[in-house]
Amino acid sequence: MKKTIITGLAVAAVGMLALTACSSGAEGGSGAASDGGSGGDLITVGFAQTGSESGWRSANTESMKTAFSTDNGFDLIFNAADNDAAAQIAAVRSFINQGVDAIVIAPIVEDGWDDVLQEAADAGIPVILEDRTVSASEDLYSTWVGLDFQLEGQKAGEWAAETFTGPTNMVVLEGTTGSAPANDRATGFDEAIAGSSITKIDSQTGDFTRDGGKTVMEGFLQKYGVDGIDLVYAHNDDMALGAIEAIEAAGAVPGEDIKIISIDAVHDGMQALADGKINYIVECNPLLGDKAAALVKAVLNGESVDKRTIVEDQAFDQDAAIAALPDRKY
Amino acid sequence: MRNIVRHRLFWPALALATLITVNSAARPQFLRVTMRDGELYGALIDILRNSAPLMLVALGMTIVIATRGIDLSVGAVMAVSGAVALTIIDGSSDPNGVGTVLIAVVTAIAVAMVLGVWNGLLVSVFGIQPIIATLVLMLAGRGAALLVTDGFITTVNSEPFAFIASGYLTVLPFAFFISVAAIASIAIVERRTALGMLTEAVGINPEASRLAGVRSRGIIWGAYVLSAVLAGIAGIIYASNIKAADANAAGLLIELYAILAVVLGGTSLQGGTFSLAGTVLGVLIIQTLNSTILFMGIPSAQSPVFFAVVVVVVVVIQSQKVRSWIRALGASGRNRRSAATTEVAS
Repeated sequence: MKKTIITGLAVAAVGMLALTACSSGAEGGSGAASDGGSGGDLITVGFAQTGSESGWRSANTESMKTAFSTDNGFDLIFNAADNDAAAQIAAVRSFINQGVDAIVIAPIVEDGWDDVLQEAADAGIPVILEDRTVSASEDLYSTWVGLDFQLEGQKAGEWAAETFTGPTNMVVLEGTTGSAPANDRATGFDEAIAGSSITKIDSQTGDFTRDGGKTVMEGFLQKYGVDGIDLVYAHNDDMALGAIEAIEAAGAVPGEDIKIISIDAVHDGMQALADGKINYIVECNPLLGDKAAALVKAVLNGESVDKRTIVEDQAFDQDAAIAALPDRKY
Repeated sequence: MRNIVRHRLFWPALALATLITVNSAARPQFLRVTMRDGELYGALIDILRNSAPLMLVALGMTIVIATRGIDLSVGAVMAVSGAVALTIIDGSSDPNGVGTVLIAVVTAIAVAMVLGVWNGLLVSVFGIQPIIATLVLMLAGRGAALLVTDGFITTVNSEPFAFIASGYLTVLPFAFFISVAAIASIAIVERRTALGMLTEAVGINPEASRLAGVRSRGIIWGAYVLSAVLAGIAGIIYASNIKAADANAAGLLIELYAILAVVLGGTSLQGGTFSLAGTVLGVLIIQTLNSTILFMGIPSAQSPVFFAVVVVVVVVIQSQKVRSWIRALGASGRNRRSAATTEVAS
């Protein structure tokens, strides 16, 4: 019995890790809040958010709340499901029962959406997916707005291939094994540096965490020595920040002796970029609110929209980071 | 020779020695320890330093398991303690002051202690099954830590705080001395006084020991408080290592690794007899195994399998049943005068 529970817990915890989008994270704190009330000709939108598991997610929530404000003609009913897939489906059902005009979902898991999406379609309520997608048939939802992780990796790789023209030894700090951002960011990057003078000498998972990034980087430094590594590619900022600690502890200067490329552009990462400890960051933009709001209006007006809308990610070098930092929303 | 082989720490020690040998054979720089600015630096030193959080948690877990209990909340307690300490330092006007850091550390440990008192209360007074009693905090604690940090990763620049995990005391990392201090003080209290024997008595038969006049309630309660305090210190070391409170990742799954370390060290989950030295070896095996995955360059997708295979081998060779089968094989072999080969094979 004891063993079963422990195994179950382990599986649950690993499952939660695998679900996270841009950054890492597990279960979130409580964040459910709803706004009732109905305005005259406001568009009532139900938004089922995953939870509040990371800084990226908090910024995403803020962006959605701003874009779906009363000033913009919306009445937003917000629900955060704390990474509980069943609770999220229940929330969507309650949106359907309340007869909202449109539903926006950031799905926690890909599977299990067919029934509730069918119910929404039967009720004539359009569904817009945000950030992550679902495995259900495309006919059951209007559109998806999100990010292309592979493109992020590709942008980082292109910059690396242009910048490092001499022989370069690179180590990679991978995200959580098997997660979509980790897989796609690796694929995009590897394709972009194919044929360049960059050699990937090692790659290991740091689980998207600072501690993981630091521990793995320490191991790499012991294995190859400070002089054996020229470049670090981290699948997110947190691991890059951990790597900075490890490089400094090894007596080298991050950003100079060992260059660092990373993805996400969260505040601490941008600060490190501005300080010259990271050399290049490709953004994983959480500010999807405006795009989502525009799509909701378009769908309700009967306009035809693409099934996939990809939000362009920016990329930053040191000067761009210094310029952008004061106005960063996250 | 036979006595050495029969010692219960022989197999864990052999496993650790084998891991180190394999690593140094694959990459000789694994053993290299260099002196830099009067501080030792090398892969082995990293293992000693990075094992500190798991060491503390596993020591606490050993005592809890000895009382027939289990503490699943240690990871969550780590997250809470780190979050509390960092929030205090972040909010203070003097983050670089030793006083600020001391206040933060003491407050964080005090909060951890309260959580331990709660666990102990549920288990020893209300008689709730330990796995359920501590599951409550395991789930709620991390949420509380996220509330403290507002869901963000709190980062601080505080030299005295960073010293806890990254600093050196003379030639060795300070975190290593924290481990040693914890091992020494627990060993002295448990083994030089009657407390260790009473703890084992409670674990072997709570009812009999109660009838014999052992105050089992206090002993069990104390075990959970100790476990939580050690987890609190582990949380501070974790946060200090990355200079940030990462409430989502701090101590994630560490309860399972701590239980694994205890089992690798030869302590039974049934409670009763426990081995602190075994737990220390278990922690070092796990930490060395993590380094091995890095040094051998095992791909991330395969590393959990590699980890599992090594653990299974170590656990199987420790199994009494397997060993008695091998002995039986050896005995029948001896009759055919071929004892030497089977002995070596075992």
